[in-house]
Amino acid sequence: MKRWISADALRLAIPALSLTVLLAAVFWLQPRAMSYVGLNLLFNLAVPIALATIAQMLIVSVNDLDLSMGTFVSFVACVTATFLRDAPLVGVLILAGAVAVYAILGVVIYLRDLPSIVVTLGMSFVWAGLAVLLLPAPGGQAPDWARALMTMKPPVAPMAIVASIVIAIVAHLVVMRSSLGVLIRGVGGNQRSVERAGWSVVATRAAAYGLAGVFAVLAGIALVGLTTSADANIALRYTLLSIAGVILGGGEFIGGRVSPVGAVIGALTLTLAGSFLSFLRISPDWQIGAQGAILIVVLALRLLLRRVENWEKGR
Amino acid sequence: MTGDRRKAVIEVDGAKVSFGAVKALDGVTLAIMPGECVGLVGHNGAGKSTIVSVINGGLTPHQGTVSGDGEVVASYGINAARTRGVRCVFQELSLCPNLTIVENTRVMHRTLGGFGWRRRARQVIEKSLDTVFPGHGIASDRTVGELSIAERQMVEIAMAFSDAGIAPRLVILDEPTSSLDASLAEQMLDHVRRFVAGGGAVVFISHILHEVLTTASRIVVMKDGRIVAERPAAAFSEVSLVEAMGSVVKGDAHRRRARDLTGAPIALEQVGRGLPFRAARGEIVGLAGLAGHGQTKMLMALHAANSGDWLPRRDPLVTFVAGDRRLNGVFELWSILKNLSIASLDGVARRGVLDTGAEAGRGAEWKRRIEIRTQDMENRILSLSGGNQQKVLFARALSTRAPVVLMDDPMRGVDVGTKQEVYEIVRQEAEAGRTFVWYSTEMEEVRLCDRVYVFREGAIVAELTGEAITEDNILAASFAGAAA
Repeated sequence: MKRWISADALRLAIPALSLTVLLAAVFWLQPRAMSYVGLNLLFNLAVPIALATIAQMLIVSVNDLDLSMGTFVSFVACVTATFLRDAPLVGVLILAGAVAVYAILGVVIYLRDLPSIVVTLGMSFVWAGLAVLLLPAPGGQAPDWARALMTMKPPVAPMAIVASIVIAIVAHLVVMRSSLGVLIRGVGGNQRSVERAGWSVVATRAAAYGLAGVFAVLAGIALVGLTTSADANIALRYTLLSIAGVILGGGEFIGGRVSPVGAVIGALTLTLAGSFLSFLRISPDWQIGAQGAILIVVLALRLLLRRVENWEKGR
Repeated sequence: MTGDRRKAVIEVDGAKVSFGAVKALDGVTLAIMPGECVGLVGHNGAGKSTIVSVINGGLTPHQGTVSGDGEVVASYGINAARTRGVRCVFQELSLCPNLTIVENTRVMHRTLGGFGWRRRARQVIEKSLDTVFPGHGIASDRTVGELSIAERQMVEIAMAFSDAGIAPRLVILDEPTSSLDASLAEQMLDHVRRFVAGGGAVVFISHILHEVLTTASRIVVMKDGRIVAERPAAAFSEVSLVEAMGSVVKGDAHRRRARDLTGAPIALEQVGRGLPFRAARGEIVGLAGLAGHGQTKMLMALHAANSGDWLPRRDPLVTFVAGDRRLNGVFELWSILKNLSIASLDGVARRGVLDTGAEAGRGAEWKRRIEIRTQDMENRILSLSGGNQQKVLFARALSTRAPVVLMDDPMRGVDVGTKQEVYEIVRQEAEAGRTFVWYSTEMEEVRLCDRVYVFREGAIVAELTGEAITEDNILAASFAGAAA
């Protein structure tokens, strides 16, 4: 039996290709970016975005969508810049509580059959309010360890690249290789099948949401490590960036089809798209639109490839 | 303990299950012994799937008990069933399409966990595939969604017979051969016979009667949630099986007199696999056969071919009455009137502005004509009973100018009185020259039609006219083997 190319490989091919093309374009525009420092600067901010994208991807893999990602990461950033530095124990407790809230949300959404979009949209106001209560004005200070971690200078490759690779590997192990990951994606693919095999869908969903909470917390800490201080609105863009990253990385909104490696690449691509547009001297006013255009081009490519694939199959 | 071999693997005693007013199971007692293959046959809605759900633990009967190995199991659920070795191959795909075969094996077998589960799962499923379908050629690292339908079915069957700690003792096969070709089906049936000879138990559901007759050791015939016949397979023939499935009482009360429509102009035509479809003006054409054999697809195709695609058409040729009200029929938050008038707004609007007076007038007219039982047409649609909601959907379709009405089994779950009223409306409208294409799972409705097309496996396999529209003829055409 002839196997042309596996669907998973194809799923990864497009994000990888778009990242390569963008990177080549950036190097061509600005050869100085092709250095240790240059690469670190280019991808620095991609690390928290990649973490948030993985968090979003976990929610997407059970066919839900998290619209509170941005405000949640902001909230975590505020906790990190205040409690986690001044009273680490309280800070850890708060963050653990936030992860527990995520798991509970997963349960509530499933048991009450609520649309995840509505619940998380509501929660986004809760997180935003808590963040403002913590830091009414920009301020706070990053814990020294977070700062040290994010400004580390590992040999060979800059921290941003190393961190992205580590995130991709860890997420891949959890989501694609572990039993729990299989179950989570199974719930997204065919919930009844998982149920009929005797598993608890509630527990699986809680785990998916809880894991998403963990990754989102890491995103907030990483962000503060980079920026040194926090603000209640620091990560509002992350909601849409994380969703775009998941989709760009080959994930789909329904059916449990996700790719952690793709999601990280998607986050890198989105970050790079911003820099690329700056190098082109496109004014920031147009950048969001241009980012959207890049997204549309990539998605159109994917649609095209899938048509070709279906056509091959149909022959 | 004496006579251990003769204890039933699973025994269902007096199970009753009802969904609303519908009795899905009406006191079914069924014992499945080790080393036997029980063939389960019956028409749509006979309760086969429900009894399967009871046996595999997915559904707790409202009355009656389930026992395993001679002991009543108090809280019989999915996990209790699985630890007793009960496995099931479902009619619809029950694997996760986004996971690989190995990952699906992991989901199916709770005991496979721990480090290195991939290797173990691969061994389990590959061993089972090799046993059931030698020379299958399916790589176990492929994603299920990439497989052809036949390959998926093979994987599902192999999954049910696979052994990862808990050996399968009772395997329920619900239409397992529907998408397998003859040689694969034979491989599977061979395996079933080997499995049964080795002391396993199988419940085998199929619409292909000769498969059941040659594979099962005992055949149970279900009808209307009850077991109506139960004999060794050797005591049945295809003819006697079809007879046992058919209705006992045959009332001809609603039989309409035959009309001569040979001269009527053709209103609708569609050529596909099997016989061509044709409907004349003023004709009631029935689509019959077992559920899910292409009738709804045919209606969809007719609708798609005859209505506007991107731009709305001024005068559409067809209109649609949906079968699943909640899913694609009513606008739950709207009033009865709005639900009625949505399809014919162009008739009550002037220059794009809705004439509320005309709309209310039309609503009142239809309320009188089809007797929608409500105080006020402004009430919410959900304040009506299911039957009255369906009447509103009928009025919605009939109030358009479309000369052809497509109906997708619209009378599901509607009470008898309402049905009679709707039948009368359909009759009147047909006399007036409207064409109806009516997919129905109920024999009574099919017999109202002038002409009936019987579907099997997505194609029209028979055309029955007038007096030839009988339950026996339709059943015979619906079941493969009986006609061949």
